[in-house]
This record gives sequence, C-alpha cells and structure tokens, in this order.
Amino acid sequence: MATAAVPTSVLQLRPASRFGDRAFEWLTFAMSLGVVVLVILVGWQLARGSHLAITKFGFHFLATSTWDPVAEQYGALPFIYGTVVSSLLALIIAVPLSIATAIYLTELAPLWIRQPLASGIEMLAAIPSVILGLWGIFVMIPWLRAHAFPALKAALGWTPFFTGPIYGVSMLAGGIIIAIMILPIITSVAREIMRSVPNLQREAAYALGATKWEVTRIAVLSYAKNGLFGAAILGLGRALGETMAVTMVIGNTPQIKASLFAPGYTLASVIANEFTEATTDMYLQALFEIGLVLFGITILANLLAQLLLKTMTRKMTTRVAQ
Amino acid sequence: MSGSANHQFRKAKSLIASLLCSVAALLVIAPLGLIFFYLLRSGLSSLNVAFFTNLPRPVGEPGGGMANAIVGSGELLALASLIGVPVGVLGGVYLAEYGTARVNALLRFVADVLNGVPSIIWGVVVYGLIVLPFKSFSAYAGSLALGFMMIPLIMRTTEEVLLLVPGGYREAALALGISRWKTIVHIVMKTASKGIVTGVLLALARIAGETAPLLFTAFGNRFWNRSLAEPIAALPLQIFTYAISPYDDWHRQAWAGALLLVAMIFLINLLVRFLTRGRAARVA
Repeated sequence: MATAAVPTSVLQLRPASRFGDRAFEWLTFAMSLGVVVLVILVGWQLARGSHLAITKFGFHFLATSTWDPVAEQYGALPFIYGTVVSSLLALIIAVPLSIATAIYLTELAPLWIRQPLASGIEMLAAIPSVILGLWGIFVMIPWLRAHAFPALKAALGWTPFFTGPIYGVSMLAGGIIIAIMILPIITSVAREIMRSVPNLQREAAYALGATKWEVTRIAVLSYAKNGLFGAAILGLGRALGETMAVTMVIGNTPQIKASLFAPGYTLASVIANEFTEATTDMYLQALFEIGLVLFGITILANLLAQLLLKTMTRKMTTRVAQ
Repeated sequence: MSGSANHQFRKAKSLIASLLCSVAALLVIAPLGLIFFYLLRSGLSSLNVAFFTNLPRPVGEPGGGMANAIVGSGELLALASLIGVPVGVLGGVYLAEYGTARVNALLRFVADVLNGVPSIIWGVVVYGLIVLPFKSFSAYAGSLALGFMMIPLIMRTTEEVLLLVPGGYREAALALGISRWKTIVHIVMKTASKGIVTGVLLALARIAGETAPLLFTAFGNRFWNRSLAEPIAALPLQIFTYAISPYDDWHRQAWAGALLLVAMIFLINLLVRFLTRGRAARVA
C-alpha cells in the first residue's frame, strides 16, 4: 500500500514543485538585484537633486572657496580641502599604528593575548560615531586644548602647521577622531593579510638567520605590501565619509588654513549641519551636489581598495596552488 | 668580532621594533578603555527611572528622560528590519545557491560598493526619495534609510553562512525527491538559521548607533510619535542634539543615552558571540 502511494505522490508533485523552483529562484534573484537597484538609486537621486546646481555653477563649484548661502554663492573647495586633509591626517596617524598592531597580533604577542586584544579592537569598531563625538567634545578636546596642542606648538610652532590660536576644535582634532574610527578596520584587514602569509616564507627567513624583526620585514611586510596598501585605502574610504564624530570636533568653519589648529569643515559635515536649514532650492541643490562629490570620491577610494585587496588574494591563491 | 657586534646590533633593532609594535597595540586599544571609563563615570550617575520613562523636558527644567527616543529607536530598527531582512536574506540565498560565478562576482562587488557608501549619503538619498515628495520627515523615511544600509550587510553574511552548509545536505535532500526550493528553505536555511540570525543581529548592532542617515529623515521629535508618517525621535539623534547643546543637564543625559546605546550594542554583540560559539562547536 505504501509502495503504491509513493510513486503517485512524486508524480503529482513534480509539476508544482518545478513552478515553485522557478518562482523561488526568480524571487531570490530579484532580491539580490536589490543592491544594483540601490546603487542606481543613489546615483540617480544625487544627480537629480543637484542638476540645477551643476548646470548653474559647473566646474566652478569645485574650485571656488566662497560658501555664502545668503548671497547664493556656493563653492565646495573648503569642504573638499577639509575632507581630504582630515582624512590624510587620520591615515598618517592610523596606518602606522594599525600595521604595527597587526604585526604585534600576528607575529609577536603571546598566544593568550591575541584573541582578547583582537576582540577589544572589534569592540572599538562597534562604538557608534556619535558616541565617539560625544567623548571627543567633552574629553578629548579639553585635553588637546590644555596639554597636547600647547606642547605641539612649543615643539613645532616654527612650521606653518602648528601656529595660530588654539581653540581645541580643529582640523587636527577631526583627524585624530577619524583616526580612532578607522584604526579597527585597518588593523583587522592588515591582520587578516598577515595571517594569510604562508609560514614557509617566515621559516625560510629564519633559516637564513634573520632576527624576528627581519623576518617580519623581509618575509611578511614585503610579501603583504599590496594588501596593506589596500587596507590603508579601505581606511581612507571610511575616513572620507565619516560624519558625526568629525562634525562634533572639527569646528565647522568653511576656510582653508595651513594651520592644523584652525577649525575646518568637511563635505559630510556641511551636509549634516546645513541640510535642514537649506531654505532655498539652490541651497539644497548645492548640498546635493556636495553629496554627489562625496559619493564620487568614496566610491573611487573603495574601488581602488577592492582592486588592491583582490590582487593580493589572487597572489595568495596562486602561491598556495603551486 | 665585528660579526658579533653586528649581530648584537640586529638583535637590539629587533627588540626595539617589537617594543614599538607593543606600544602601538596599547595605543590602539587605549581609546576603548578611555571611552568606557568616561561612559561609565558620566553616564551611570544620570541613568535613573525617569530617564527611561519620561519625555524630554523643556530647556531649563531639570530632569526628564529619553523614553520617546528609546521607543523611537526600537520602532525604527523594527521597520528597517522589515526592509533589510527579507531582501538581504533572499539576496544572500541567490548568491549562495543559484548565482553563476560571474553574476555573483558582480553582485558581491556591488554589495561591497554599497557598504562603502557614507551613511550620510543614505540620508540625502532618502530625503530626495521620501521626504521631499511627501513634504514631511517621517519614521518611514528614517527606517528606509536604515533598511537600505542593512541590505548589503545581511546579504553578505547570509551568503557566507549558507556556503558553510555541506553540499551533502543538499544532495541528500534532492535525492529524496524534495524540490530544490524546499531543500533550500527547509534544509539549507534551517541548518544555517543561527548564522543567518547572527548576520541580522550584527547588521542591527551596526545601524542601531547610526545618526547621520536619520538627521533629515527621522529628524527627531521631543514628544511621542503618534504616526509613522510624522517625525520620530531616536536615541543616537537625541544624543547628538544634547551633546552639541550648551546645557549641562542635557550633557548629562547625552552621556546616559550614550551608555545605554553602547550597552545595547554590546549586548547584541555578546549574543552574537554566544550564537557563533555554538555553531563553531557543532562544525568542529
């Protein structure tokens, strides 16, 4: 009885299940296309929201430094400058620290310390930007104003970068807070890359009589160079778009000053601060165009990072396959 | 003789480099300790019952709380999940189960590009998409921005955990005559359910603290939200508003809100760790 029932039920099921299969595959395909739709949506919205500003100001928008909404003058240069300088400062601080930490985590630290330290760094990555900003306002800025900046001024005041009045909120403060935000990502990517360096490389260097540092430099760092560069660029991508924490400590003044003690302004910050205050259409258009510029440069940075990391993994897989 | 001196020099150099790396590791982890210290010091004293149950008071009146922001954040996250979870999970299913290598490479690439989009841009996009046409900030707009951010995150984690399910499970199910989609839903996804939940939780932890996409979508509200089509308060927004205000009492509340937010995010992360530990043990 049971043996007779099985074949018929299978036969009955077959057409229905095929429809189900096709429907399910199409459903999941449609959902996976969601990411493509989203990218197009972002580009379309930003372009649509800013096309009047683009046609009116043209290339001028990127090259002028006057930002005066009352006089309908919109130049994005101070914001581009602020974004680039604060991000570069962040990279200068974060990249050496991150790579050194990754070396410590993969090559030097006692085994029992590695996992807890790595988890701690992951926890730092989980702290929301706005909370880092809060900490920046009430803890970091007063400390910088009272101790770090005067010391810097005393030591390096002869350069143009550390001159002028010290307010606390400044380009340098913005750079430091971004550095804290991108430390975890650069460290964890660099750590992954160093961990994937084959042990044979290290053993070969040790066999030549190299010291621990020489092994790290010759076998690990030179091998992982591209990947580490990719990690840094990935950090740059994050740094360029960082919004809340920077907005809270950078001072929000659209100016181009050589001194890092002077307040600055970034692309993301001006959107965050002025978007809801944009009273005229052209003002809003200009802010949309700033969004477009920000989107463009972060995409570029991310593409470059992906490319570098991909060549790195390809190198790994081919080496392993050999 | 000189060879030995050279050796000493190299060893010293190695030692110094090791020392520098250790110091760097200490510097990298220091902000975490400092932030925790100040969160606890300034936040704990301001956390009280009123903080959880009261609405914000007007400027100058001490007391009040963030009840509406706490509930608002919950509503926004729930609504965002309604968008982010189905699209992300099913998209991840396609990547893991159906897509060809070339299509997958493209989709993964696009998802990674999306992950790199600054969060403030999502606010701008949803402003143009929802707020401008409907002429109002709303809970819908805020949750849409957060939901968009969740999609690529969940898609990638879902794909990863589905790929961990051994191929034998699929083959066994198909050999029994079970249709492919039922195999995927009932066998593959069920086996990986913990991992999928983990991915969703991680995405929630990631967007729970997002402020930038809410600034001009959810906008914030000093009162209870009565309709999802109206502005709504959110914890990170409230922290931001209070942090940049000039009032000491608001600063205290900002610290309390920050402590609560960080505690929530770390609880989710702990839960994730607990879930993944179970899975790692089973795979081993």
